Amino acid sequence: MPINIIIFGQLADIAGGSLALENIADTNSLVKELHILYPALATAKYAIAVDKKVVNENTRLTENSIVALLPPFSGG
Amino acid sequence: MDKKELYERYQRQVILPGFGEEGQQKLLKAKILVIGAGGLGCPVLQYLAAAGVGTIGIVDDDVVTLNNLHRQVLYSVNDIGFSKTERATHSLRQLNPGIKIIPYNERLTVQNALILLDEFDIIIDGTDNFSTRYMINDACVLMNKPLVYGAISQFEGQVSVFNSRQNDNDETVNYRDLFPNPPKEDEVLNCADSGVLGVLPGIIGTMMANETIKLITGIGETLANRLLTYNALNNQVYKLALSARTGTRLLIPENEAAFLQMDYEWLCSSERTAPIAIGSEIDAGIFNDLIAKERVDVIDVREPGEMPVVNDFSNIKIPLAELSANTSLMKSDTIVAFCQSGKRSLQAVKILSGIFGGDKKIYSLRGGIIEWKKQKQTV
Repeated sequence: MPINIIIFGQLADIAGGSLALENIADTNSLVKELHILYPALATAKYAIAVDKKVVNENTRLTENSIVALLPPFSGG
Repeated sequence: MDKKELYERYQRQVILPGFGEEGQQKLLKAKILVIGAGGLGCPVLQYLAAAGVGTIGIVDDDVVTLNNLHRQVLYSVNDIGFSKTERATHSLRQLNPGIKIIPYNERLTVQNALILLDEFDIIIDGTDNFSTRYMINDACVLMNKPLVYGAISQFEGQVSVFNSRQNDNDETVNYRDLFPNPPKEDEVLNCADSGVLGVLPGIIGTMMANETIKLITGIGETLANRLLTYNALNNQVYKLALSARTGTRLLIPENEAAFLQMDYEWLCSSERTAPIAIGSEIDAGIFNDLIAKERVDVIDVREPGEMPVVNDFSNIKIPLAELSANTSLMKSDTIVAFCQSGKRSLQAVKILSGIFGGDKKIYSLRGGIIEWKKQKQTV
C-alpha cells in the first residue's frame, strides 16, 4: 500500500498537490526520496505531519499513512 | 457607556449559552495587542472592537496604499497615504466608542517589543514577514503571553494559538516547535511577490478574532497545540496536532538581555552563508589554517583567571555560562570555541549551534588550549 502525501502552499508548485509513494519505511527515507524526485524541495523549508500530527523526529510510516508537507507562510 | 446601551450593544452575544454577562465582562476587561494592521489585522481589529474587547493596541508603521484595499477592508480611498494605525483607530472608535484603542505608529523592534507586549494579555500576530514573526514568537515565549497566530500565502492560510494550554496538564508549544528556524528571504515568497486572494486574510483573520474571543471568555476549544490549515480553492481544512520539540528553547533568547541582542532581520536575510559544518571538532593544524585564512571569532569559554593566558591569537573571553547572552559579540561567519581540554568548548558548540542553527560554522578546538600549546612546542 502506498504512502499518501499532501503538499501545502507553494511546495505544490514543486511537487504537485498530492502524490503517493510505495515502500517508504519512515519519514527520513521519505524526505530522501522526495529530494531525489524533486531536487528543489531540498532547499525548501517545511514541517512534516504524519496522520495529522506534526512530527519532530524520524517517524515510522505504515500502510495508508498520510503525510503532509507544510511550508511556513509569511503573509499577513 | 451606560448599562442599557452596553446591554443593547452586546445583547446578541450575551444571550448565548455559556457566554452571558460574565463573558462580556471578560471581553471588556481584556487587553489585546494586534501587530500588523493589514490583511489579517483588519478583520481581527474590526471583530474584536465590535465584540467589546476593552483595550486594543495596534502596532504598524505603514501607510495605506491603493493595492492594500482589495483585502484591508478597514480602509477606503480617502485613507491612501495616511498611517494605518491612525486610520484604523479612527474607524474603530466610530464602530465602538466604548472601548480604548491605542495606536502605536511604529515598527516592532527588539528595543520596543518587550515593553509594548508587557502592557497586554494576548498578542495577535498579523504581520507580513518572518523576521517580525520570529521576534514576536520569541518575545511571547519569554513573557509567557498567549499568541494568536495567522499567516497566509496565495490561497492558503494557517491559524494557531501558541503559548497556551487547552488543559492544565498540556505542554505549551510555540511557532519554533513548528518551524525552528526562519527561512531566508528568497526561500519563501511574500504576498507582494506571490499574490493573495483578497478574501483569504478576511477568513483567516476572522478565525484569529474567534480564537482570541475563546481565549478571553473560556468558551469552546481553542487552537492551542493545533495548527489549522485552510485552502480557499477547495475548502479543505486540516487540523494538525503540534508538540513541543526538544531544543526549541535553545533557539529562543533566554532572557531580556539576550533578546535585545537578537538580529531578526539578519536571521531572515538571504545573505546568510550556507552551513558547511556544524558542531565539528577541529585539531590544532586546521585551527591554525583557519585563523590564518578566514575571519574567525575565536572564543575562550573558560572562566576568568584560568591559566594559561592565551594571547598567541586574538580571542574573545566569554565564559560558557554567559555565551548565549553574548552572541552579539560573534560577528564572523565562523566561530571556534576553545577551553582547557576541549570538553567545555564542545558544549559551547552545542549551545551556539542551537542559537545560530546552520547560519554559522561553529567548531571546537580538539584537546583544548593545552593540546594546542603542546603542538606549538613540537613544531
